[in-house]
Amino acid sequence: MAEYLLELREITKTFPGVKALDSVQFKLKPGEIHALMGENGAGKSTFIKVITGVHAPDAGEILFNGEKVELKHPRDAQKLGIAAIYQHVTCYPDLSVTENIFMGHELLAKRTKRILWKEMHAEAKKWLKELGADFDPRTQMGSLSVAQQQIVEISKALSMDAKIIIMDEPTAALTQRESEELYKIAERLRDKGVSIIFITHRFEDMYRLASRVTVFRDSRYIGTWKIDEISHDDLIVAMVGREVSQLFPEKKASKGEELLRVEGLGKNGYFADVSFTLHRGEILGLTGLVGAGRSELCQAIYGISPYDRGKLFLRGKETRIQNPLQAIGSGIGYLPEDRQKQGLILEWGIDRNITLPVLHKFSNKGWLNRKQEQKMAKNLADKLLVKANSIFASAASLSGGNQQKIVVAKLLAADLDILILDEPTKGVDVGAKSAIYEIIHDLAAQGYGIILVSSEMPEVIGMSDRILVMRSGRLSAILDSDGVTQEMILQAAMGTHAVDQPLRQRA
Amino acid sequence: MKPDGVLGEQKMTLKRFFLQWEWMLVLIFLLVNLVNAFLSPYYLDLISIRDATMTFLDKAFIVLPMVFILILGQIDISVASTVALSSVIMADLYNRGLPMEWAIVVCLAVGALCGWINGFLLVKFKELSSVIVTLGTMILYRGIAYIILEDQSAGKFPEWFSYLGWGYVGGIPFILIVFIVLAVIFGLVLHQTTFGRHLYAMGSNLTASQFSGIRTNRITLIVFTLAGLMAAVTALFLASRMGSTRPNVANGYELDVIAMAVLGGVSTAGGKGRMIGAVIAVFLIGLLRYGLGLVNVPAQTLLVIIGALLIFAVMVPKLSGLKRKTAHRLAGKN
Repeated sequence: MAEYLLELREITKTFPGVKALDSVQFKLKPGEIHALMGENGAGKSTFIKVITGVHAPDAGEILFNGEKVELKHPRDAQKLGIAAIYQHVTCYPDLSVTENIFMGHELLAKRTKRILWKEMHAEAKKWLKELGADFDPRTQMGSLSVAQQQIVEISKALSMDAKIIIMDEPTAALTQRESEELYKIAERLRDKGVSIIFITHRFEDMYRLASRVTVFRDSRYIGTWKIDEISHDDLIVAMVGREVSQLFPEKKASKGEELLRVEGLGKNGYFADVSFTLHRGEILGLTGLVGAGRSELCQAIYGISPYDRGKLFLRGKETRIQNPLQAIGSGIGYLPEDRQKQGLILEWGIDRNITLPVLHKFSNKGWLNRKQEQKMAKNLADKLLVKANSIFASAASLSGGNQQKIVVAKLLAADLDILILDEPTKGVDVGAKSAIYEIIHDLAAQGYGIILVSSEMPEVIGMSDRILVMRSGRLSAILDSDGVTQEMILQAAMGTHAVDQPLRQRA
Repeated sequence: MKPDGVLGEQKMTLKRFFLQWEWMLVLIFLLVNLVNAFLSPYYLDLISIRDATMTFLDKAFIVLPMVFILILGQIDISVASTVALSSVIMADLYNRGLPMEWAIVVCLAVGALCGWINGFLLVKFKELSSVIVTLGTMILYRGIAYIILEDQSAGKFPEWFSYLGWGYVGGIPFILIVFIVLAVIFGLVLHQTTFGRHLYAMGSNLTASQFSGIRTNRITLIVFTLAGLMAAVTALFLASRMGSTRPNVANGYELDVIAMAVLGGVSTAGGKGRMIGAVIAVFLIGLLRYGLGLVNVPAQTLLVIIGALLIFAVMVPKLSGLKRKTAHRLAGKN
């Protein structure tokens, strides 16, 4: 057995106009969890595609168990036991768990080629159990949570005798508790001798799991370290290429008059009895486990799916918001959680994306004034330091952080004073994160009232003035961010109190 | 981002300009005319070409709103049945003594109502696709038309009504003028207004459009109602030209209309396409039919040619470099 299970040497991959990988190297030991980190666009995705045989490299060699191999097709990688689990699970949502696990390598009767359902279900059950999951393999895939679907995908990899499992940002869509489950699974796999390449933006994941970390930056290999041999700051410098002096900027805004007040807001089956106020210049953190009703609450305030109980006051006046158009007209803007599906029209240019919600501003009786439109888009893009060749560059061509800036620009284009930001830094890299934090603080200083929805505890604590914690559709705590700890928030988010007796505490 | 004051270049080189799908259409259009002229000495007669437009322009009115619907990412296959129902009701009411002017108003109203019902069902039942909804109403509307007239024909319209389909203004067919005027209006609305921009937005990403505060339900309703209304306009011209109407009138128009829009470069996947392409395609198919008809090419062969042309139209952009360039420009081109 070679020292390294998988070794990549001087791998280069060029696409028309871009060098996606520039003589990159990577060494994976058997039975280790190896974190792969780097900003968006560092070349991680292309790297995975080379390992899984989707893209053939232009130069360099790949060694598997010390022997040179060529991965020309995903099948070649599969044969060697290399499998990838993606953040957005690629599955057949209408088929059962068993069918998903055995897709492409079903168990067949020897002569008749009949599908052996019973055996397959039993086998599937076995794999799931091994991973600590107890749901029925006959369940429809689409009815499972993202975390459960990932477990199915991992089962599928195991059923194909995977020796290397690549996990691409698996915790991005998971709650704290689900991530913890995933960590345990990863450790169990490691103990069984499976090697894991763990790609993540979350330092938490890396510290919790990995024994070594490799960093890519700008399509280049920067280095590999043992986790305990590199300091957090050095790691960030390696990833970003410069020092990010302070991730969370100093607070600049001061609290002004009341902008928004909700009293006993409720929507059947989603949330109930939610009351809070938001002031000018304030950043109000909103957190809780996924499924606690945060997004539903925000979308109700924004009019996507209106609330059915309670009252909403804007600047002291009771208002009823029925649809987003009305919300925008009343000064409420919403930055959706999924910027690609809900925030942007990817094939459109930056200009058209930014102006979409406010076309009325440069139209006369419906007729567009394109010059004015482009000027406004240009101004906003410049203000947010969007990196692109021109404002006509398509949104799809931008990096995650720049895409997010475009969605923020859409909010700034409208005359708003309340911004609801739903996971604004989800899936963006460290450098862009601190830029977005800076923007949020600037906005608060300009007098916007901001509701910041986030699952990341450090972000909520570092950014907010006050923190709302939701649990099972109710507000379980309103905490002052001074002196608050992750434990306090987690306790409020997971809690031990009965759901129908919401805990209310003010720190 | 470029320095202050510079928007950055929207690359529009000469090459790019000529690589647009519309130029391909113009090329095919000229080719068709050339072949026609070569095949028949009678073809290049301006008078007869002028009169030929009268025969194929009636259904072209539906192409205009169909472009809107396709850009929304939807489809409407009930339009031909709407033509039948609105014209049958008009003829029936006229024959029962309603003045023709009022019968025409009713015809337009029935058409608009048919379209509105499609839109309403789509807005109300979001899980239904427009193919299914309009397949249902396609059968339904045609069925009602049969109940009213029972496979009879109805007509004997007043003398002046035939002017719609047969009249000239300064030597130009009335129908041609109306079509050009409407095509220009539809084109301007699509490419120069917020409404048009919203159509492209909805067809490209419906969810993001909703989140951006676009009133998607309202726009869907308007566009489908418009399709019904324009189907009624077709009904008027058709009834005028034929002098009568019957329940099986305009059979198959829906597919002709969709074919014209698609040949014109409008994507059935939504978000892409321009009005000018569809208008060129209308004349392309119309004159192709007329020209080949002159040299007695049988109708069946005509179908084969048009079918092949359509497949060619949707394949060429995928085969050549045409696609990425045009698709990119067409994407947000309004």
